[in-house]
Amino acid sequence: MAWDRNQMAERAADELQDGWYVNLGIGIPTLVANYVGDKDITLQSENGMLGMGPFPFDGDEDPDLINAGKQTITELSRTAYFDSATSFGMIRGGKIAAAILGAMEVAENGDLANWMIPGKLVKGMGGAMDLVAGVGKVIVIMDHANKKGESKLLKECTLPLTGKGVVDRIITNLGVFDVVEGGLKLVEMADGVTREEIDSLTEATLVN
Amino acid sequence: MGKIYNSAAEALDGLLFDGMLIAAGGFGLCGIPENLISAIKDAGTKDLTVASNNAGVDDFGLGVLLQTRQVKKMISSYVGENDEFMRQYLSGELELEFNPQGTLAERMRAAGCGIPGFYTKTGVGTVIAEGKEVKNFNGQDYILEEGIFADLAIVKAWKADDTGNLVFRKTARNFNPPAAMCGKTCVVEVEEIVPRGSIDPDHIHLPGIYVHRIVQGDHEKRIEQRTVRQREEA
Repeated sequence: MAWDRNQMAERAADELQDGWYVNLGIGIPTLVANYVGDKDITLQSENGMLGMGPFPFDGDEDPDLINAGKQTITELSRTAYFDSATSFGMIRGGKIAAAILGAMEVAENGDLANWMIPGKLVKGMGGAMDLVAGVGKVIVIMDHANKKGESKLLKECTLPLTGKGVVDRIITNLGVFDVVEGGLKLVEMADGVTREEIDSLTEATLVN
Repeated sequence: MGKIYNSAAEALDGLLFDGMLIAAGGFGLCGIPENLISAIKDAGTKDLTVASNNAGVDDFGLGVLLQTRQVKKMISSYVGENDEFMRQYLSGELELEFNPQGTLAERMRAAGCGIPGFYTKTGVGTVIAEGKEVKNFNGQDYILEEGIFADLAIVKAWKADDTGNLVFRKTARNFNPPAAMCGKTCVVEVEEIVPRGSIDPDHIHLPGIYVHRIVQGDHEKRIEQRTVRQREEA
Protein backbone atom coordinates (compact mmCIF):
# COMPACT_ATOMS: atom_id res chain seq x y z
CA MET A 1 0.00 0.00 0.00
CA ALA A 2 1.59 3.22 -1.16
CA TRP A 3 0.78 6.54 0.52
CA ASP A 4 -2.10 8.60 -0.85
CA ARG A 5 -2.01 12.40 -1.27
CA ASN A 6 -3.00 13.08 2.32
CA GLN A 7 -0.56 10.56 3.76
CA MET A 8 2.26 12.13 1.71
CA ALA A 9 1.25 15.54 3.04
CA GLU A 10 1.10 14.19 6.59
CA ARG A 11 4.58 12.70 6.21
CA ALA A 12 5.89 15.99 4.84
CA ALA A 13 4.47 17.84 7.84
CA ASP A 14 6.81 15.74 10.05
CA GLU A 15 9.71 17.56 8.39
CA LEU A 16 8.65 20.92 9.76
CA GLN A 17 10.12 22.10 13.03
CA ASP A 18 8.59 24.29 15.68
CA GLY A 19 9.17 27.98 14.93
CA TRP A 20 9.84 27.58 11.22
CA TYR A 21 8.71 29.95 8.48
CA VAL A 22 7.61 27.78 5.55
CA ASN A 23 6.42 28.22 1.97
CA LEU A 24 4.01 25.61 0.60
CA GLY A 25 3.54 25.15 -3.15
CA ILE A 26 0.32 24.54 -5.02
CA GLY A 27 -1.35 21.09 -5.04
CA ILE A 28 -0.40 18.37 -2.54
CA PRO A 29 2.02 20.71 -0.69
CA THR A 30 -0.97 22.92 0.25
CA LEU A 31 -2.42 19.94 2.15
CA VAL A 32 0.62 19.89 4.47
CA ALA A 33 -0.95 22.80 6.38
CA ASN A 34 -3.65 20.39 7.62
CA TYR A 35 -1.09 18.25 9.48
CA VAL A 36 1.22 20.66 11.34
CA GLY A 37 -0.63 19.95 14.60
CA ASP A 38 0.60 21.92 17.61
CA LYS A 39 3.82 23.08 15.98
CA ASP A 40 4.28 26.83 15.69
CA ILE A 41 4.61 27.14 11.91
CA THR A 42 4.22 30.41 10.01
CA LEU A 43 3.21 30.00 6.37
CA GLN A 44 4.54 32.44 3.81
CA SER A 45 2.63 33.30 0.65
CA GLU A 46 5.09 34.78 -1.83
CA ASN A 47 2.64 37.39 -3.11
CA GLY A 48 3.32 39.24 0.12
CA MET A 49 2.13 37.65 3.35
CA LEU A 50 3.45 35.86 6.42
CA GLY A 51 0.93 34.09 8.62
CA MET A 52 -1.45 32.71 6.03
CA GLY A 53 -4.76 31.50 7.42
CA PRO A 54 -7.29 28.96 6.10
CA PHE A 55 -9.78 29.50 3.28
CA PRO A 56 -12.58 31.93 4.24
CA PHE A 57 -16.11 30.90 5.07
CA ASP A 58 -18.56 31.29 2.21
CA GLY A 59 -19.43 34.97 1.96
CA ASP A 60 -16.27 36.20 3.73
CA GLU A 61 -14.04 36.21 0.64
CA ASP A 62 -11.92 39.35 0.21
CA PRO A 63 -10.55 40.07 -3.30
CA ASP A 64 -7.58 41.85 -1.68
CA LEU A 65 -6.57 38.72 0.21
CA ILE A 66 -5.31 35.81 -1.90
CA ASN A 67 -2.51 33.27 -1.83
CA ALA A 68 0.10 32.60 -4.50
CA GLY A 69 -2.34 30.24 -6.24
CA LYS A 70 -4.78 33.19 -6.47
CA GLN A 71 -7.17 31.46 -4.03
CA THR A 72 -9.05 33.50 -1.45
CA ILE A 73 -7.59 33.03 2.05
CA THR A 74 -7.77 34.63 5.51
CA GLU A 75 -5.37 36.36 7.87
CA LEU A 76 -4.33 35.40 11.40
CA SER A 77 -3.48 37.48 14.46
CA ARG A 78 0.21 37.12 13.55
CA THR A 79 -0.18 38.11 9.89
CA ALA A 80 2.14 40.62 8.24
CA TYR A 81 1.79 41.98 4.69
CA PHE A 82 4.59 43.32 2.48
CA ASP A 83 5.41 43.94 -1.16
CA SER A 84 6.76 41.41 -3.68
CA ALA A 85 10.34 42.70 -3.57
CA THR A 86 10.42 42.32 0.22
CA SER A 87 8.77 38.92 -0.06
CA PHE A 88 11.42 37.58 -2.39
CA GLY A 89 14.07 39.34 -0.36
CA MET A 90 13.24 37.07 2.57
CA ILE A 91 13.11 34.06 0.22
CA ARG A 92 16.38 34.81 -1.56
CA GLY A 93 17.95 35.88 1.70
CA GLY A 94 17.48 32.46 3.27
CA LYS A 95 15.00 33.57 5.94
CA ILE A 96 12.43 30.93 4.94
CA ALA A 97 13.40 27.65 6.62
CA ALA A 98 11.80 25.33 4.06
CA ALA A 99 9.78 25.13 0.88
CA ILE A 100 7.61 22.13 0.08
CA LEU A 101 6.75 21.87 -3.57
CA GLY A 102 5.67 19.53 -6.33
CA ALA A 103 7.86 18.36 -9.19
CA MET A 104 7.79 16.76 -12.61
CA GLU A 105 11.31 15.31 -12.29
CA VAL A 106 14.08 15.18 -9.69
CA ALA A 107 17.60 13.98 -10.49
CA GLU A 108 19.93 12.10 -8.16
CA ASN A 109 22.15 15.20 -7.86
CA GLY A 110 19.23 17.30 -6.60
CA ASP A 111 18.33 18.96 -9.89
CA LEU A 112 14.67 19.89 -10.00
CA ALA A 113 12.35 20.33 -13.00
CA ASN A 114 8.85 21.55 -12.27
CA TRP A 115 8.00 24.51 -14.51
CA MET A 116 8.08 23.70 -18.20
CA ILE A 117 7.42 20.98 -20.75
CA PRO A 118 8.83 22.09 -24.12
CA GLY A 119 6.29 21.89 -26.92
CA LYS A 120 3.39 22.09 -24.49
CA LEU A 121 1.72 25.19 -23.12
CA VAL A 122 4.22 27.19 -21.16
CA LYS A 123 2.83 29.00 -18.14
CA GLY A 124 5.94 30.25 -16.40
CA MET A 125 8.02 29.53 -13.33
CA GLY A 126 6.32 32.00 -11.02
CA GLY A 127 8.31 32.06 -7.79
CA ALA A 128 9.63 28.50 -7.96
CA MET A 129 13.15 29.36 -9.16
CA ASP A 130 13.58 31.96 -6.42
CA LEU A 131 12.27 29.59 -3.74
CA VAL A 132 14.53 26.65 -4.59
CA ALA A 133 17.56 28.94 -4.86
CA GLY A 134 16.92 30.73 -1.61
CA VAL A 135 15.19 28.76 1.13
CA GLY A 136 16.97 26.65 3.73
CA LYS A 137 15.57 23.25 2.82
CA VAL A 138 13.78 22.16 -0.36
CA ILE A 139 11.38 19.25 0.11
CA VAL A 140 9.65 17.78 -2.92
CA ILE A 141 6.35 15.89 -2.73
CA MET A 142 5.44 13.99 -5.88
CA ASP A 143 4.27 10.64 -7.19
CA HIS A 144 7.17 8.25 -7.61
CA ALA A 145 6.26 7.47 -11.21
CA ASN A 146 4.39 9.37 -13.92
CA LYS A 147 1.09 8.29 -15.46
CA LYS A 148 2.95 6.04 -17.90
CA GLY A 149 4.60 4.25 -14.98
CA GLU A 150 8.02 5.80 -15.63
CA SER A 151 10.26 6.88 -12.76
CA LYS A 152 10.28 10.59 -11.86
CA LEU A 153 13.47 10.06 -9.82
CA LEU A 154 16.06 10.16 -12.58
CA LYS A 155 19.78 10.03 -13.16
CA GLU A 156 19.44 13.34 -15.02
CA CYS A 157 16.42 15.57 -15.61
CA THR A 158 15.14 15.64 -19.19
CA LEU A 159 13.02 18.79 -18.74
CA PRO A 160 14.30 22.37 -18.36
CA LEU A 161 15.52 22.90 -14.80
CA THR A 162 13.95 25.00 -12.09
CA GLY A 163 17.13 24.76 -10.05
CA LYS A 164 20.43 22.91 -10.12
CA GLY A 165 21.35 20.72 -7.16
CA VAL A 166 18.66 22.30 -4.98
CA VAL A 167 16.54 19.42 -3.63
CA ASP A 168 17.27 18.08 -0.15
CA ARG A 169 14.53 15.52 0.43
CA ILE A 170 11.87 13.81 -1.73
CA ILE A 171 8.64 12.35 -0.39
CA THR A 172 6.88 10.11 -2.89
CA ASN A 173 3.92 7.76 -2.57
CA LEU A 174 6.48 4.95 -2.02
CA GLY A 175 8.83 6.50 0.52
CA VAL A 176 11.25 9.19 1.62
CA PHE A 177 14.59 9.86 -0.12
CA ASP A 178 17.50 12.17 0.62
CA VAL A 179 19.86 13.63 -1.96
CA VAL A 180 23.32 12.55 -0.83
CA GLU A 181 26.78 12.10 -2.32
CA GLY A 182 26.51 9.64 -5.20
CA GLY A 183 22.72 9.44 -5.49
CA LEU A 184 19.53 9.13 -3.48
CA LYS A 185 19.38 7.49 -0.09
CA LEU A 186 16.21 5.63 0.88
CA VAL A 187 15.27 6.97 4.30
CA GLU A 188 11.88 5.40 4.81
CA MET A 189 9.43 3.17 2.94
CA ALA A 190 5.67 3.67 2.92
CA ASP A 191 3.77 0.98 4.81
CA GLY A 192 3.55 -2.22 2.79
CA VAL A 193 5.91 -1.06 0.05
CA THR A 194 8.81 -3.38 -0.69
CA ARG A 195 12.39 -2.52 -1.58
CA GLU A 196 11.87 -4.45 -4.83
CA GLU A 197 8.99 -2.16 -5.82
CA ILE A 198 11.11 0.90 -5.14
CA ASP A 199 14.08 -0.48 -7.05
CA SER A 200 11.94 -1.33 -10.07
CA LEU A 201 10.34 2.13 -10.17
CA THR A 202 13.50 4.19 -9.55
CA GLU A 203 15.87 5.17 -12.33
CA ALA A 204 18.11 7.24 -10.04
CA THR A 205 21.03 5.58 -8.29
CA LEU A 206 20.03 4.43 -4.79
CA VAL A 207 22.90 4.48 -2.33
CA ASN A 208 23.07 3.04 1.14
CA MET B 1 0.38 71.87 -9.67
CA GLY B 2 -1.51 69.19 -7.76
CA LYS B 3 -1.21 65.46 -8.35
CA ILE B 4 -4.94 64.68 -8.43
CA TYR B 5 -6.64 64.14 -11.79
CA ASN B 6 -10.35 63.70 -12.51
CA SER B 7 -10.18 60.60 -14.70
CA ALA B 8 -7.79 57.84 -15.67
CA ALA B 9 -7.62 59.28 -19.21
CA GLU B 10 -6.64 62.71 -17.86
CA ALA B 11 -4.10 61.16 -15.52
CA LEU B 12 -2.38 59.48 -18.49
CA ASP B 13 -2.63 62.48 -20.83
CA GLY B 14 0.72 63.26 -22.47
CA LEU B 15 2.46 60.22 -20.97
CA LEU B 16 1.64 57.54 -23.56
CA PHE B 17 3.58 56.81 -26.74
CA ASP B 18 3.89 53.83 -29.08
CA GLY B 19 6.70 51.40 -28.23
CA MET B 20 6.94 52.46 -24.58
CA LEU B 21 7.84 50.29 -21.57
CA ILE B 22 5.18 50.16 -18.88
CA ALA B 23 5.56 48.56 -15.45
CA ALA B 24 2.25 47.45 -13.95
CA GLY B 25 1.46 46.47 -10.37
CA GLY B 26 -0.76 43.56 -9.35
CA PHE B 27 -0.61 39.83 -8.74
CA GLY B 28 -3.13 37.83 -10.76
CA LEU B 29 -6.19 40.08 -10.70
CA CYS B 30 -5.41 41.30 -7.17
CA GLY B 31 -4.36 44.93 -6.84
CA ILE B 32 -4.29 45.68 -10.55
CA PRO B 33 -4.70 49.21 -11.96
CA GLU B 34 -7.88 48.28 -13.82
CA ASN B 35 -9.00 51.83 -14.66
CA LEU B 36 -5.61 52.86 -16.04
CA ILE B 37 -5.49 49.70 -18.16
CA SER B 38 -8.91 50.59 -19.62
CA ALA B 39 -7.73 54.12 -20.33
CA ILE B 40 -4.65 52.80 -22.18
CA LYS B 41 -6.97 50.60 -24.22
CA ASP B 42 -9.09 53.62 -25.12
CA ALA B 43 -5.97 55.66 -25.98
CA GLY B 44 -4.93 52.94 -28.45
CA THR B 45 -1.21 53.17 -27.64
CA LYS B 46 0.58 50.37 -29.51
CA ASP B 47 3.70 48.19 -29.47
CA LEU B 48 3.82 48.24 -25.68
CA THR B 49 6.29 46.28 -23.63
CA VAL B 50 4.64 45.54 -20.29
CA ALA B 51 6.51 44.33 -17.21
CA SER B 52 3.91 42.71 -14.98
CA ASN B 53 3.97 39.51 -12.96
CA ASN B 54 0.89 38.18 -14.80
CA ALA B 55 -1.04 39.06 -17.94
CA GLY B 56 -4.58 39.16 -16.56
CA VAL B 57 -7.33 36.96 -17.90
CA ASP B 58 -8.89 37.15 -21.37
CA ASP B 59 -11.38 39.91 -20.62
CA PHE B 60 -9.95 41.61 -17.54
CA GLY B 61 -6.71 43.16 -16.42
CA LEU B 62 -3.89 43.30 -18.94
CA GLY B 63 -5.74 40.71 -21.03
CA VAL B 64 -7.79 43.66 -22.30
CA LEU B 65 -4.68 45.13 -23.98
CA LEU B 66 -3.77 41.76 -25.47
CA GLN B 67 -7.19 41.45 -27.09
CA THR B 68 -6.69 44.79 -28.82
CA ARG B 69 -3.14 43.75 -29.87
CA GLN B 70 -1.60 46.76 -28.17
CA VAL B 71 1.08 44.68 -26.45
CA LYS B 72 4.22 43.67 -28.32
CA LYS B 73 6.06 42.04 -25.46
CA MET B 74 5.37 40.87 -21.91
CA ILE B 75 7.95 40.52 -19.12
CA SER B 76 6.25 38.18 -16.63
CA SER B 77 6.76 35.22 -14.32
CA TYR B 78 3.46 33.40 -14.88
CA VAL B 79 0.89 33.72 -17.65
CA GLY B 80 -1.12 30.54 -17.23
CA GLU B 81 -4.54 32.13 -16.82
CA ASN B 82 -4.90 33.71 -20.23
CA ASP B 83 -5.95 31.78 -23.36
CA GLU B 84 -5.60 34.74 -25.73
CA PHE B 85 -2.07 35.28 -24.44
CA MET B 86 -1.19 31.67 -25.26
CA ARG B 87 -2.73 31.92 -28.72
CA GLN B 88 -0.79 35.08 -29.60
CA TYR B 89 2.43 33.72 -28.10
CA LEU B 90 2.27 30.36 -29.86
CA SER B 91 1.48 32.05 -33.19
CA GLY B 92 4.47 34.37 -32.77
CA GLU B 93 2.43 37.58 -32.52
CA LEU B 94 3.54 38.28 -28.95
CA GLU B 95 7.02 38.26 -27.43
CA LEU B 96 7.48 36.88 -23.95
CA GLU B 97 10.38 37.20 -21.55
CA PHE B 98 9.98 34.96 -18.53
CA ASN B 99 11.51 36.29 -15.33
CA PRO B 100 11.51 34.43 -12.02
CA GLN B 101 9.02 36.26 -9.83
CA GLY B 102 11.55 37.51 -7.31
CA THR B 103 13.95 38.56 -10.04
CA LEU B 104 11.17 40.57 -11.69
CA ALA B 105 10.28 42.30 -8.43
CA GLU B 106 13.92 43.06 -7.68
CA ARG B 107 14.56 44.35 -11.23
CA MET B 108 11.82 46.91 -10.60
CA ARG B 109 12.91 47.78 -7.07
CA ALA B 110 16.57 48.06 -8.08
CA ALA B 111 15.85 50.43 -10.98
CA GLY B 112 13.77 52.57 -8.64
CA CYS B 113 16.77 52.75 -6.32
CA GLY B 114 19.20 53.70 -9.09
CA ILE B 115 20.77 50.25 -9.28
CA PRO B 116 21.17 49.19 -12.94
CA GLY B 117 22.15 45.59 -12.20
CA PHE B 118 22.45 43.07 -9.39
CA TYR B 119 23.65 39.50 -8.88
CA THR B 120 21.25 36.75 -7.82
CA LYS B 121 21.51 32.99 -7.41
CA THR B 122 17.96 32.57 -8.72
CA GLY B 123 18.07 30.75 -12.05
CA VAL B 124 21.73 29.72 -11.95
CA GLY B 125 22.16 26.60 -14.11
CA THR B 126 18.77 27.08 -15.84
CA VAL B 127 17.66 28.61 -19.16
CA ILE B 128 17.23 31.91 -17.30
CA ALA B 129 21.02 32.16 -16.95
CA GLU B 130 21.72 31.79 -20.68
CA GLY B 131 23.69 34.75 -22.01
CA LYS B 132 24.03 36.36 -18.58
CA GLU B 133 27.26 37.16 -16.76
CA VAL B 134 28.09 34.70 -13.99
CA LYS B 135 30.11 35.83 -10.99
CA ASN B 136 31.29 33.77 -8.07
CA PHE B 137 30.99 35.18 -4.56
CA ASN B 138 32.31 33.07 -1.67
CA GLY B 139 32.14 29.86 -3.68
CA GLN B 140 28.62 30.36 -5.00
CA ASP B 141 27.66 31.36 -8.56
CA TYR B 142 25.35 34.29 -9.17
CA ILE B 143 23.96 35.74 -12.42
CA LEU B 144 23.71 39.38 -13.38
CA GLU B 145 20.18 40.75 -13.78
CA GLU B 146 19.38 44.27 -14.93
CA GLY B 147 17.03 46.84 -13.49
CA ILE B 148 13.79 47.63 -15.33
CA PHE B 149 13.65 51.37 -15.96
CA ALA B 150 10.09 51.91 -17.14
CA ASP B 151 8.78 54.92 -19.06
CA LEU B 152 5.60 54.70 -17.02
CA ALA B 153 4.40 52.85 -13.93
CA ILE B 154 0.70 52.15 -13.46
CA VAL B 155 -0.27 51.00 -9.99
CA LYS B 156 -3.23 50.53 -7.70
CA ALA B 157 -3.34 51.51 -4.05
CA TRP B 158 -6.08 51.58 -1.43
CA LYS B 159 -5.70 55.15 -0.20
CA ALA B 160 -3.68 58.20 -1.16
CA ASP B 161 -3.46 61.68 0.23
CA ASP B 162 -3.10 64.57 -2.22
CA THR B 163 0.71 64.42 -1.96
CA GLY B 164 0.72 60.81 -3.18
CA ASN B 165 1.53 59.07 0.09
CA LEU B 166 0.08 55.59 -0.39
CA VAL B 167 -1.46 52.86 1.72
CA PHE B 168 -2.13 49.45 0.23
CA ARG B 169 -4.51 46.81 1.52
CA LYS B 170 -3.58 43.21 2.43
CA THR B 171 -2.07 41.17 -0.43
CA ALA B 172 -3.15 43.79 -2.99
CA ARG B 173 0.18 45.50 -2.23
CA ASN B 174 2.25 42.85 -4.09
CA PHE B 175 4.11 44.32 -7.10
CA ASN B 176 2.64 47.81 -6.75
CA PRO B 177 5.43 49.46 -4.69
CA PRO B 178 8.34 48.11 -6.80
CA ALA B 179 6.47 48.91 -10.02
CA ALA B 180 5.77 52.43 -8.81
CA MET B 181 9.42 52.95 -7.93
CA CYS B 182 10.79 51.95 -11.36
CA GLY B 183 8.67 54.32 -13.44
CA LYS B 184 10.05 57.56 -14.82
CA THR B 185 6.49 58.70 -14.18
CA CYS B 186 4.12 56.88 -11.85
CA VAL B 187 0.34 57.12 -12.09
CA VAL B 188 -1.64 55.56 -9.27
CA GLU B 189 -5.33 54.78 -9.05
CA VAL B 190 -6.86 54.52 -5.61
CA GLU B 191 -10.15 53.60 -4.01
CA GLU B 192 -10.11 56.70 -1.85
CA ILE B 193 -8.30 60.04 -1.71
CA VAL B 194 -8.08 61.10 1.90
CA PRO B 195 -7.21 64.47 3.46
CA ARG B 196 -3.59 65.31 4.06
CA GLY B 197 -2.67 64.32 7.63
CA SER B 198 -5.32 61.63 7.95
CA ILE B 199 -2.81 58.83 7.32
CA ASP B 200 -0.44 58.32 10.25
CA PRO B 201 3.00 59.12 8.77
CA ASP B 202 4.30 55.93 10.37
CA HIS B 203 1.73 53.90 8.42
CA ILE B 204 2.55 55.08 4.91
CA HIS B 205 3.63 52.14 2.71
CA LEU B 206 5.03 54.18 -0.19
CA PRO B 207 5.95 57.85 0.18
CA GLY B 208 4.54 60.32 -2.33
CA ILE B 209 7.95 61.08 -3.84
CA TYR B 210 7.38 58.05 -6.08
CA VAL B 211 3.88 59.15 -7.15
CA HIS B 212 3.29 61.82 -9.80
CA ARG B 213 -0.39 61.56 -10.64
CA ILE B 214 -3.38 60.20 -8.70
CA VAL B 215 -6.87 59.28 -9.80
CA GLN B 216 -9.72 57.91 -7.73
CA GLY B 217 -11.78 55.19 -9.38
CA ASP B 218 -14.32 52.43 -8.95
CA HIS B 219 -12.87 48.93 -8.87
CA GLU B 220 -14.49 45.68 -9.88
CA LYS B 221 -11.84 43.69 -7.95
CA ARG B 222 -12.66 40.41 -9.61
CA ILE B 223 -11.74 37.21 -7.70
CA GLU B 224 -9.80 34.71 -9.79
CA GLN B 225 -10.08 31.56 -7.64
CA ARG B 226 -12.93 31.83 -5.16
CA THR B 227 -12.09 29.20 -2.53
CA VAL B 228 -14.10 28.76 0.66
CA ARG B 229 -14.57 26.29 3.49
CA GLN B 230 -17.89 25.14 4.90
CA ARG B 231 -19.01 26.64 8.18
CA GLU B 232 -19.69 23.17 9.63
CA GLU B 233 -15.96 22.50 9.60
CA ALA B 234 -15.31 25.29 12.05
